[in-house]
Amino acid sequence: MAVVTEAPPPLTSTSPDKPPRRRGRWTPYWLLLPGILWLVVFFALPMIYQASTSVQTGSLEEGYKVTWHFATYWDALSEYWPQFLRSVLYAAAATVLCLLLGYPLAYLIAFRAGRWRNLIMILVIAPFFTSFLIRTLAWKTILADGGPVVATLNALHVLDVTSWLGWTSGDRVLATPLAVVCGLTYNFLPFMILPLYTSLERIDGRLHEAAGDLYARPFTTFRKVTFPLSTPGVVSGTLLTFIPAAGDYVNADLLGSTDTRMVGNVIQTQFLRVLDYPTAAALSFILMAAILFMVTFYIRRSGTEDLV
Amino acid sequence: MAFVRWFRRHLVVIAGLLTLGYLLLPNVIVTVFSFNKPKGRFNYQWQRFSVDAWKDPCGVADMCGSLSLSLQIAVWATLGATLLGTMIAFALVRYRFRARGAVSSLIFLPMAMPEVVMAASLLTLFLNMGAPLGFWTILIAHIMFCLSFVVTAVKARVMSMDPRLEQAAQDLYAGPVQTFLRVTLPLAAPGIAAGALLAFALSFDDFIITNFNAGSTVTFPMFVWGSAQRGTPVQINVIGTAMFCLAVLLVLVSMAIGTRRNRRKA
Repeated sequence: MAVVTEAPPPLTSTSPDKPPRRRGRWTPYWLLLPGILWLVVFFALPMIYQASTSVQTGSLEEGYKVTWHFATYWDALSEYWPQFLRSVLYAAAATVLCLLLGYPLAYLIAFRAGRWRNLIMILVIAPFFTSFLIRTLAWKTILADGGPVVATLNALHVLDVTSWLGWTSGDRVLATPLAVVCGLTYNFLPFMILPLYTSLERIDGRLHEAAGDLYARPFTTFRKVTFPLSTPGVVSGTLLTFIPAAGDYVNADLLGSTDTRMVGNVIQTQFLRVLDYPTAAALSFILMAAILFMVTFYIRRSGTEDLV
Repeated sequence: MAFVRWFRRHLVVIAGLLTLGYLLLPNVIVTVFSFNKPKGRFNYQWQRFSVDAWKDPCGVADMCGSLSLSLQIAVWATLGATLLGTMIAFALVRYRFRARGAVSSLIFLPMAMPEVVMAASLLTLFLNMGAPLGFWTILIAHIMFCLSFVVTAVKARVMSMDPRLEQAAQDLYAGPVQTFLRVTLPLAAPGIAAGALLAFALSFDDFIITNFNAGSTVTFPMFVWGSAQRGTPVQINVIGTAMFCLAVLLVLVSMAIGTRRNRRKA
């Protein structure tokens, strides 16, 4: 303890985390001002407008007024709960599939690819440069009725099982929940792979050797060393996949049917076609609140609060 | 038994390559079907080989116009978001200021929000203000959602920079402007470039937010969306294929230049 008491006084003049010049006192505020103003006006303020729209009543012709009509929320939930439930289920299924499919590829790039690493990395990112709508439309061809994929699944009696589970109907894959989940998984897979790769790549390869030296079998090494160390990647990957998947309406529209509509589809139709702004705003507000609640809870639970 | 052992050893590689195949399969289909000559309006079934669409990529009404509009919006959105985002990133890493927590969450939230929520709420703002929907509302929206991604990319780079390099420049009598232009900016350049590239890709490919805030203006993703309802011309696949090839080519060239430069240094 004597050592601590005799520690020299802190050097205030050359402390590294303080700006060196007094003249720079206002600099951070000038640097922040335009960007933060942009986010306040075009991100935060719209949220307030949306909240106010959701408690308005009226019609397009007569205009809307704030009447604190909270019943809109109740009506929206009681009418559209199946779409909400579907959004959560589809997004959760797609996230789990992304994790199962993405982990081996991220692992392969991080540890096993050798000189192919950069090439595989490029191949993961390059599809982004073809519009995702074009690529999603390609799934219509891949999953077409009577096409090779569907015929194979049919011959293997996979479709019998999935129809029994309600994931597909008859010998069709297109316009069923399976097609939508497949499209969601495909579209958000890179958002799972990239964070997984970043956290796997930081792991010291010698830890694997050490585990092997201590007689851990490969699977035990994975379970006790690799996977725990990749948790930050798993957490940010699941968030980056689940959040956009839950709000997506493109896959449900292009690959699904009226029975696979998600909450995004409802918000889009109410806002752009039915022009029922209060209901659309209420739905969007509920979605936002649900996502924020889940994200906060999830980050707390997984103990990676410094992630953001 | 030998096969089983080989299979078990390479299980991860096989699974990883299968995933890679899943990721690339749609691109293969897009490319193959750019050489199709479909019967009817939709290009979902293979009929016969033809290079007609490649000879006349702008042969579809309004498609190339929407493409050039998307490129213009993406360029301006990238410039705007990169400038504003880089300034925020420097302020976050290099300075102390009040309300840092609020600023950080304001930057994090747009990335943790489903696009459809941002799109819908921004539309309520524009409707309330009576702003005419079109080029400007799309640009405003794109700068807004690209900003956070640029901040994240630049911040990561600036955090890894040694502030003593700038102090050394100032000890050597470089003024603040000179220090910034000749030391700080070149050091931060890779982060800024990564942020700009990300912003460009996000803006160019954005559909959901654009769909809400575009009014009757048609960007390229909106053209594709419309054609999914009305009939998909083969030219869409030509554009998709060309952009994929262009992106891979650009990355390969930049990597080749990078390795050559490194070799010369060594």
